[in-house]
This record gives sequence, C-alpha cells and structure tokens, in this order.
Amino acid sequence: MTAPQLATSATLRDGAFLDRVNPVSKIIAMVILSVPLIATIDWVSAAVAVTIELVLLPLCGLALGPLLRRAAPLALFAPIAGISMLLYAEPEGRVYAQFLLATVSDGSIALAVAVTLRVFALGLPTILLFSRVDATELADALAQVARLPARFVLGVVAGVRLLGLFVDDWRSMGLARRARGVADVGVIRRFFSMAFLLLVFAVRRGSKLATAMEARGFGARPTRTWARSSSVSMWDGVFLVGCAGVMVTALGAAIAAGTFRFVGS
Amino acid sequence: MTGGARITATGWGWRHAGRKRSAVADITLDVEAGERILLLGASGSGKSTLLAGLAGLLGGEEDGEQTGALAIDGLDARAARGRVGLVLQDPDAAPVFSRVGDDVAFGCENLEVPREEIWRRVRRSLDAVGLAVPLDRSTSELSGGEKQRLALAGVLAMEPDVVLLDEPTANLDPAGVADVRRAIEDAVVPTGATLVVVEHRTEVWLDLITRVIVLDAGGGLLADGSPEHVFAIAGDALAAAGVWVPGVPMALPLAGPPRVGAPTTALAAIDLSIGRPGAGVIRRGVDLRVPEATSTVVVGPNGAGKSTLALTLAGLLPERSGLVTVSEQLRARRGRRPSQWSSRELLTRIGTVFQDPEHQFLASTVRDELAIGPRALKLGESEATARVDELLDILGLTDLARANPFTLSGGQKRRLSVGTVLASRPAVIILDEPTFGQDRVSWTRLVGLLQDLVGEGSTVVSVTHDAGVVLHLGQQVVTVDAPVVPDGDRVAA
Repeated sequence: MTAPQLATSATLRDGAFLDRVNPVSKIIAMVILSVPLIATIDWVSAAVAVTIELVLLPLCGLALGPLLRRAAPLALFAPIAGISMLLYAEPEGRVYAQFLLATVSDGSIALAVAVTLRVFALGLPTILLFSRVDATELADALAQVARLPARFVLGVVAGVRLLGLFVDDWRSMGLARRARGVADVGVIRRFFSMAFLLLVFAVRRGSKLATAMEARGFGARPTRTWARSSSVSMWDGVFLVGCAGVMVTALGAAIAAGTFRFVGS
Repeated sequence: MTGGARITATGWGWRHAGRKRSAVADITLDVEAGERILLLGASGSGKSTLLAGLAGLLGGEEDGEQTGALAIDGLDARAARGRVGLVLQDPDAAPVFSRVGDDVAFGCENLEVPREEIWRRVRRSLDAVGLAVPLDRSTSELSGGEKQRLALAGVLAMEPDVVLLDEPTANLDPAGVADVRRAIEDAVVPTGATLVVVEHRTEVWLDLITRVIVLDAGGGLLADGSPEHVFAIAGDALAAAGVWVPGVPMALPLAGPPRVGAPTTALAAIDLSIGRPGAGVIRRGVDLRVPEATSTVVVGPNGAGKSTLALTLAGLLPERSGLVTVSEQLRARRGRRPSQWSSRELLTRIGTVFQDPEHQFLASTVRDELAIGPRALKLGESEATARVDELLDILGLTDLARANPFTLSGGQKRRLSVGTVLASRPAVIILDEPTFGQDRVSWTRLVGLLQDLVGEGSTVVSVTHDAGVVLHLGQQVVTVDAPVVPDGDRVAA
C-alpha cells in the first residue's frame, strides 16, 4: 500500500461517486447550483432542483439519517422565511387577510411557497456535497488545485482545530466563576466578560500555534511539498456537467410551466 | 542521518519589542556537534528566549532587538530554520493537523521533502518514538505523553541537526515522563543531533546529558561544564535560583501521619459517578473520605479523571450518580451537597484552585483580584482591605499589587490563584495540579503555604503528579487508577 492511499483511507470508506470528486469542484458546483436559484424566484424550479438532488442522494455517500439531522436547521429556518413573505410581501392579486402592515394575498402566498422551497434548494447542496469532506482534504485541494497561498490555507485548517479547545476554555471559565462566588447574579455581564476573555485566549492560542508551525520550518522555504496529492480527473468534469444539467432542467421546467421569474421583476 | 551541528553564540542577547530589559543578554557559547546540553536557569533568566533564538523564531525589527550573533554551523540561526527542530512545552498547542500521520508529515512538507520520502520518514519517526498508532488516529485522542512523543516524531521527521526541547515532560504523569525520556534516548541520541533540553526537573535527564549550561538572570552564564562540575560549584546557587538540583534536600517538613485522634470527615464521596457535562461518565463507584484539618493528595495517571473528580468534590460539577456530602458544620441553606449550593455559599465552604490559573482571573489588577471574594461576601471595605494586604504579603505579591494578573510569571500567577481562594477563607481547599510548572523556589513557597494552612486547621485536597507534593502534603494519599479504555486497539508503548 502506498502512503497517500493510506492517508486518505479515513475519508474513502465506502467509495461513493462524490468521494472521487475534488473538493474544489464541489465549491464550483455550489456556485452552479445556487446562483440561478438566488437570481430567480418561483416554486417550480426550486421544487425540481430539490427533487433531483434527493434522487441523487445515493451518489453522495450520505445516509438518510445524517442527512435529516443536518437538514433540521433548514426545516426550522425555511418556514420563518416563508411566513415573513406570506405576511409582508408586496400585495398582488386577491387579498385574503389584512392586519396592520401584514397582508396575505395571491402574490404573497406564491412568494411564501417559493421562498420556503428555495431555502431547501439552497441549503441541500451544501449538506450533500460537504458532509464527507474533512478539513485536511479541503486544505490540500485549495492549495494544490485552487492554488491558494499555503499560509492562508494551513492557518485556517490549524485554526479550526483550536475551536475544540475554546469550548473547554469556556466551560472552565464558567466553573471558575461559580467557584469564586460571582455566579449567582449578573448573567449577562458575566457572559460578556467571559466572551472578552475567550478572545484573549483565542489570540494567545493562535500565536502559540503560529510559533509551533514556524518551529517546524513553516515558511522557511519559498515553496513546500504536499504529503497528500489532490488533483482533478474526468470525474470532476462529469460531475460539473451533471450539476449544470440539474440547473438547466430546473429552470427549463419553470419556463415550461410559465412560473419563471427573476428576483425583483 | 546528518549528525549534529555546532552552535555558537557571541555576546548574543535579545530584547522583546516594548520591553525595557533584555530577556537574554551577553551569551557566549560554543557547543560542538552532537553534544547534549541541559540548559538551566531561574524563572525569567531567558531559557525559552534562547531556545526560540536557536530555532530561528526571533524575527525582524518589529519583534525585538538582537545584539551579538547566534549561529548554527556558522549560519545565522534565522537562516538555519528547518535544520533546528523545537518541541514546545505545551503538547496541546503543537499538533497542526487532526490526524497523526498528517501532523508528522507537516515539517517534511515545509522542507520540500518529496512525497514518497515523507511517508517513509513519517513511519520511521513514529517507530523511533514508540508511538504505535494508526496514521489516521485523531491527534486529540492521544494522552499527554503520546502527544509529546508525536511532537517529537514531527521534529525527527525533519531530520534536524539540532533538537531543542522546552520542558518536554512538565505536563506529564510519571509514566509519560518515562516514555518521553526513553523516546529521546532511543530516537534522538542515535542520530547524533545536538540536543538542548530545558527542564526544571534535572534528575530525569542527568545520565543522558554531557554538559550543563546555566543562564544568569542578570545576563551571561552562571556556570558551564560537566554535570558533576556544575552541580558541585553552583549547586546551592542553582537551588536558590529555582533549579531542581539533584541531592539538595527541600527545606520543608515531610507530611507525616494525619493528626492523632480520629478527625471528623469534612467532605465525602459515596458511590460517586463522575463525568464532564456533555460527555460520558468516566468513573463509577468512587468512595472517598476527606478528614478535617488534614492534607489529602489524589494521584493517578493522566486521563484517570482526577480533575473531574476534583471539580465534582468541589461542587462545581454535579454528581452523575451517588453523592458528595459535607460535615454537618458545613451545611448550607440548601443542604449538605456542594453541587446544590449557591455560588456564594460555596465561597466560604469549598475553594477551588484550577489547573490553569488564567481561567479564574476576573479583575484587572492583582489587588482587585484578591478583593473579589471578600466583596462577594459583603465584608466591610476595611475588613476586605486588611485581608488583601495580609495575603499580598504572604504571597510575596505586594510589589505587584497594581499589575495585571495576566502579566505575572507562571509562579506568581499560581500563587495569586491560590490567594484568591484564601481571601474568602474556605473550610476546604481543593487544588488541581498546584505545583505544575513551578520552579524550586516557587514550589517551596507554595507547598510551605499549604502546610501552614493545614496546620491552622484548613482541610486541603491536592490532585497531583508531583512526587514532592505527595512527600510533603500526603498525610492521606488516594490513588485513582486509569479507567479501562473502551476501544481495544489503543496501543500502549
């Protein structure tokens, strides 16, 4: 077994189609799958996009359970966006109810449905594409395929690792405040003083990490090598054409159904 | 392997930007390739700064000001970065990547080592330090000793000519200390690399090193030579400067047996299960009795749950099952279970000194920090001031009363964190690793203070790895074993 295979084995467990696609292609796919849906607003295109994406779920290597868990925030946020459209969108067509500034009309109902579906259509690709991408793999791709500066990419990856330590810091600070007799009153003030202190810890841990990286020769040479390779293959092309196909189908369906509409028109 | 490199310093010094005093001054040294140096000196004598300088980490004009020259094989240390590997004191701060293999590879990548060679070196250095874990093991799942050996493997993979170790065993339990020491002996010594170790605990390294260099806090060197020679001529001066010199006894009484007569129980755990919030239970069925006016010491390996136990006994974490209870005398309005008390009730009953003193600092000056407890107890201003003044004196912090707690040295921070607890005069004091990172002077002062408190009738519980604490404070010693590790593939070295 060669070393690079060994290093990526953690992420390539079941070998779903999507695992063969480079993370950078996934980022491009995100743009393809979201920009048309941000620029337009109708229920047909979003519904078609969501349906196709769900049908393609097996290719993503994500089981239904984790998908539903990760989509839960969408289920919370989508109705909120929908209801605010329902009540406050520009009145259009028949008016059903009116209360102060709120008006429910044909236009606002259509818009509410379109916006609710759109939240799903915009959120779902992120979940499907990035649930199985780990930080190291993403860093390798950003540096080797997208050619972003190593300093930026590795700084971010290493920084992400520190987040767990901040959680520990926060807990310890909370316990220490109880131990010091100041935890009975002033919850809000205590929150802000702890938040400020966490910032201090964050800066220190950050600079410690920077020292640790430099101590291992980071930035000592103008270039560096990469222990794991990251490259694009024909699968990336197939994948991106497929993503474009999903969007063409979704917008085509909207035009055919006569519901196609740009935002603001 | 390339063998070692020669280190030369000529009148070298470094002043950090914004400081009046130099951190290190006037260092003149000549270390031959392959020598193994123990670098000593009192707190604040600039050992870490010298290591940073050797590692080429002290940068340009905006970082500070350099005098003299510091060279690795004749090359300026800053230009030699990559030929020198530094293992930092805090193993938690060291891993860059989340997987073991990737992390060891990091240094090689930076030195433009070809990919196939990187993975050969990764496996070779993990072998050399005896870390037999899969390459995709998460770095956060390693124990303290394993993390430190990981850091060492990361440096070895760079095949450096000079290896620098900044207190590599300070955070470790005795087993971890032995593992790291063995790893260095097996992995670094055969390469012929020049080795520089900074460590307060000299006895760990004594038979591995060839030369001892002692920095003078006032600049220059205090002593330089073979271990026997240096300890013979400068042993007492070193001990007075805070170095743990082998064979110099501590000027403190031993703990001795508990007081005669069966003292009442101040604090007890009955069939207790403990765990951090949001995590699983890590120990069950803990039964423990803490006698009043006695010093109890809790020992056990890293990861055994000692800190969690301390926090649970202190009423800061709720019992997961079972009970923590106090004597009738300490009963509060809400009963005898510390976890049920209000924060203010806790204050006069059980005080806790945290592992990291910085977590418990709240004020912007040392004086205000000490006054927080008395104020929370609504003592009068004159009473509060009197207590604070007395504590400043006992802790030796009077001159620093107006300093920001975060700017103190490690030893001063530790004493202040103990002081914040003493200010509210709790009946029971619980300390988590109180002597961690302390030099000999600071250690003696702290342990002496705790002995005095016990003599005056306080109940003290210390969680520790430190054999000295057991010796001088262990009137009762409680051993907590490592819990059974649930996943079977964890490999002990």
